[in-house]
Amino acid sequence: MNDFEFHSPSSLEEAFELLDRYGDDARVMAGGTGVVLQMKQRLSQPGHVVGLRKVPGLNSIGLTGNGSAGGIEVGAMVTHRTLENDPTVVQILPMVAATYHHVATPRIRSMATVGGGLVHGDPNEDPPPTLIALGALVVLTSSSGRREMPVEELFVDYYETDVQPGEILTSVTIPQQPPGSGSAYLKFLPRTADDYATVSVAAIVTRGNGNTCSDVKIVLGAVGMTPVHATQAESLLRGQTLTPENIAACASAVKEVVDPLDDFRGSAEYKRDMAEVFTRRAIEQAIQQTLENRPAA
Amino acid sequence: MNQQIRLTVNGTEHRSEVPARRLLVDFLRYDLGLTGTKEGCSVGVCGACTVLIDGEMAASCITLAAAVDGAQITTIEGIAQDGKLHPVQQAFIDHGGFQCGICTPGQVMAAKALLDENPNPTEDEIKAWMMGNLCRCTGYYGILNSVAAAAGSTPGSNA
Repeated sequence: MNDFEFHSPSSLEEAFELLDRYGDDARVMAGGTGVVLQMKQRLSQPGHVVGLRKVPGLNSIGLTGNGSAGGIEVGAMVTHRTLENDPTVVQILPMVAATYHHVATPRIRSMATVGGGLVHGDPNEDPPPTLIALGALVVLTSSSGRREMPVEELFVDYYETDVQPGEILTSVTIPQQPPGSGSAYLKFLPRTADDYATVSVAAIVTRGNGNTCSDVKIVLGAVGMTPVHATQAESLLRGQTLTPENIAACASAVKEVVDPLDDFRGSAEYKRDMAEVFTRRAIEQAIQQTLENRPAA
Repeated sequence: MNQQIRLTVNGTEHRSEVPARRLLVDFLRYDLGLTGTKEGCSVGVCGACTVLIDGEMAASCITLAAAVDGAQITTIEGIAQDGKLHPVQQAFIDHGGFQCGICTPGQVMAAKALLDENPNPTEDEIKAWMMGNLCRCTGYYGILNSVAAAAGSTPGSNA
């Protein structure tokens, strides 16, 4: 690891001052599971590391809005384990709790934070597909103000996000699933249980009248430079009857938009095939959940 | 660049000046001489370096000592009380939870973290929790039985 200076600001204002002072030479660190690894591998060699552990106000999970229109606001320093075990999250956003539960091991989930995980910009991570499918927003704060951005727009390229020098991702707002919807997050793990996905898929299906699909969201992980929102595939199912043929056509269409890398988790060709298979399964599970969630007549 | 840090390790406060890049595992092993904590993979995967930071299990090989300034650290050296092994340590001895021993401090600290939070885990909960601690000797059943025994539940066969 290169030599650097470590800063422990005790407020966001102090953190912004440090980031403004050191600019590109500063790196923000939350849980450290990403930043320390990159520094050990000399992929990142900042002169200044700004740790957020002592900054108050970034550790809470709160409700936003009212009833089914509401959701949760998660502070950037909330750990994966805290989020997955939070009773409110388990109750109103079970897809989020289940997705965070899939990340790595309990030890890493005790360290890694919600904000840090997103800023890491790794397209193989589990949470982004689910957060994008749900329409989650991030709040980016700096000395000159704050801006909100859909999680979908946060990811620019491989390990590259739209977070600008001087900005800190301070919270994530996650809306509830639409009424009448079902969801699934599937992670294909042919190697070990704590691995990154070979392919992952988040799907949310909203059922309209009868057996029609009034809306659908499909977002894939680990099959491109960023998470892949398969909007073209969605359009093949939205407004259609939920028949096996229509579901198959929708799932097949994701092969056109994924762009996986050849690596030790599989060849690009294999991952492209698995993207179709796991998309179909995710849609089927989401539909099954809409039936289970349907109020008794 | 050097940083002043204050860490309470196994109940004893240490004020030290360390390079900012000092990893917690190296601080424990080389600065404090607490060599029970091992370094295996160095990338947070194998679990050999597991310690508790403010009661939460953590990988000390990817933790900067400076980043946890002010925290309470518990290592394998700190869990026996009054000369008596922690129940998890005793269970690992009684139920064949280790062979060569290099992963054992991490296994024991992970199991302690589990039982601190969930005193009566099911077998599936033990497996899900301990999956982040790799062992290349025992085949895992000795470990599973040890953790189950420490939790007071009936361990399976050691055969």
